[in-house]
Amino acid sequence: MIEVRQLTKRFESHTAVNDVSLTVAPGETLVLLGTSGCGKTTTLKMINRLIEPTSGLISVDGIDVRQQPGPELRRRIGYVIQDGGLFPHYTVADAIATVPKLLDWDTIRIQDRTRELMEKLQLPVSLLNRYPAELSGGQRQRVGLARALAVNPPVVLMDEPFGALDPFTRKHVRRELFGLNELRETTVVLVTHDVSEALELADRIALMDKGQIVQIGPPDELLNNPATDFVRDFLDDKPHRLND
Amino acid sequence: MTDFFAFVRDHADKLLEQTLTHIGLTFVSLLLALLIGVPLGIFIARKTRLANGVLGVAGVLQTVPSVALLGFLIPLLGIGVGPALVALFLYALLPIIRNTFVGITEVSPLIKEAARGVGMTQNQILTKVELPLALPVIFAGIRTATVINVGVATLAAYVAAGGLGEFIFSGIALSNVNMMLSGAIPAALLAICFDFGLARLQQLSGKKMRVGALAFVVLVPFLSAFYLVPGRQDKLVAGFAHEFYGRADGYPGLQKTYGLQLRPRLIDQNLMYEAIHRNQVDIISGYSTDGRINAFNLLVLADPKHAFPPYDAAPVVRQAALDRHPDLGLTLNLLAGKLTDSVMTALNYRVDFKKEAPENVARDFLRQSGLYKMPAPGNRTETVVMGSKVFTEQYILAEIYRQLIEGQTQLRLVTKTGLGGTQICFDALRTGAIDFYPEYTGTGLLVVLQPTAAVLKTVPMQSDSVYQFCRTQFQKKYQLTWLKPLGFNNSYCLMMRRGQARQAGIQSIGDLVTYLGKN
Repeated sequence: MIEVRQLTKRFESHTAVNDVSLTVAPGETLVLLGTSGCGKTTTLKMINRLIEPTSGLISVDGIDVRQQPGPELRRRIGYVIQDGGLFPHYTVADAIATVPKLLDWDTIRIQDRTRELMEKLQLPVSLLNRYPAELSGGQRQRVGLARALAVNPPVVLMDEPFGALDPFTRKHVRRELFGLNELRETTVVLVTHDVSEALELADRIALMDKGQIVQIGPPDELLNNPATDFVRDFLDDKPHRLND
Repeated sequence: MTDFFAFVRDHADKLLEQTLTHIGLTFVSLLLALLIGVPLGIFIARKTRLANGVLGVAGVLQTVPSVALLGFLIPLLGIGVGPALVALFLYALLPIIRNTFVGITEVSPLIKEAARGVGMTQNQILTKVELPLALPVIFAGIRTATVINVGVATLAAYVAAGGLGEFIFSGIALSNVNMMLSGAIPAALLAICFDFGLARLQQLSGKKMRVGALAFVVLVPFLSAFYLVPGRQDKLVAGFAHEFYGRADGYPGLQKTYGLQLRPRLIDQNLMYEAIHRNQVDIISGYSTDGRINAFNLLVLADPKHAFPPYDAAPVVRQAALDRHPDLGLTLNLLAGKLTDSVMTALNYRVDFKKEAPENVARDFLRQSGLYKMPAPGNRTETVVMGSKVFTEQYILAEIYRQLIEGQTQLRLVTKTGLGGTQICFDALRTGAIDFYPEYTGTGLLVVLQPTAAVLKTVPMQSDSVYQFCRTQFQKKYQLTWLKPLGFNNSYCLMMRRGQARQAGIQSIGDLVTYLGKN
């Protein structure tokens, strides 16, 4: 679904991403894990061209991302960020309708889809006319996801999506959201520094350090056969409960 | 207070016109500032490298004093709406640019990235996210600009652009508190109302505020249109000084005596001549010995019915000073009748227009009249103090007197030039701060003596009778002596461009009334 080959991003003073290659299969959830500054977010943002790579190749669904204008590309790729990234002046209904409107859907179709998503994400209909400031953190996160999923994108990118939630809510929200059929069928690339989150959600984890992938594989493999000491330390150091 | 309401009632028409003009001026300039300022603010929010430069320039413009700004603009744009609008526009610009810039740059980067992330184009991000979120801040800027403009718009009256400043400046010129207040109070109320209204709008939340703001933006052109409401389509456009417009012996006198009906534009008296010279007005009020009459080839309209009282110039001296220095009176009287209208106009012309020093002009005059003497050397122990008002003619007279007295006598002459108005000169004279100054009979009559209407009727408005009346009354009331008149009569007058007056067949104020009456 997503293919990244020899991706490099150099900023003026440093190299953020250095020769990264990976593939994500359709329906798979890949977690980019690592410390802050390891290049995981930069890698993610190059997939939907929020950042332009210095060199390398990215294709989504077999098409080179650089062959299409950024805004058009991004409308077909869901994007979720911390705290939902909601616009303060958009109601919940406006937020969910954002991308459908950009794609000129008609009103009825937008309404149907909005109702469907509200139901799936267990958001009461009474919230439709509320502004983000009037929602709880968990609700905001769900609305953010609803916005990203509105047009059934084949790929969803998530950048620390649960970062603003307290640990308890975080656990619930992510379990709930990743239980959705909607997400299970979607290809997801998720960035986090939270090991337990990665272990819980990932089909495969790509552990990054200093702009490079140190090890990529299913969670078990990283736990049982760490490629380096760094991998072992990183996964061990963090408090986590496997059966959580 | 009752006087104030009486004034407002009597001038309700004029006041309404001024208020509408004021609102119009405020909002036309605000509209221009919005049209330029908002895009510019957006532009520098995109190209932040240019932000400091643009904001710096707008900031410097903001600090130029408003009167000075008008002064800069008059040579470029002439007189009237042009410079007033440009000045107001420039003042409104900074708050609007700055707040647009700040409003947009302060939108959280996270939100901007989310907007990009969902696939909005740059324009969509601007219109759907950045501008709506920046709106409260932009609006605060608009509010500031509006209040600034309501205040600065009073200065439009300096350049014949109308507005509530007309009454304010006329009131100041005439020391007429009621007139001043009837301009100042509505101006203050306008500022308060707009500020309050816009503040309410700002406090509305979310969608309501955006609707309100939009309504306001739509409303601005309508409010601007008020400027066009008071139509000005007179055959001849009159531009009068504020003082002339209000003084009983100015325009009101003309209305009474000749039945003259004009809708004059009020303008600073130093700019009037420039305005008629540039064909921006056709009739101005002025003084009959002004040097610019020659310079701009103007025709002074005859006043056969004596609507304007005579203003014959003569020195007014403290009797005590005359007694102490017997040769003072004799010397001052040497000038009697020597300065005719045409001589004085020519002297004013040389100073006002040719920019010659009053000192040289005075010396030339004294030489030509055979009165010039080199000051004799020696110790001058006795001092005489002379005062003068603050305009060219008085500066020249002061110079003439100084050279005359120093040439003819052993007195030492100290000059206190630049004593603001009549009242200041007169008070200085009465208290002994000065010994004499040149005054005009009409001013002595109407400003100093201020006889009742009944008494005024008994005085024929002619040079001799007014002079005699002043002379006796001043002597009796204040122990001040009017010496012999200098010979010129610097009275109020109406003037037109010579060419236009000839074409219209106008030579006197009566002709003017007849001409305006024709259709």
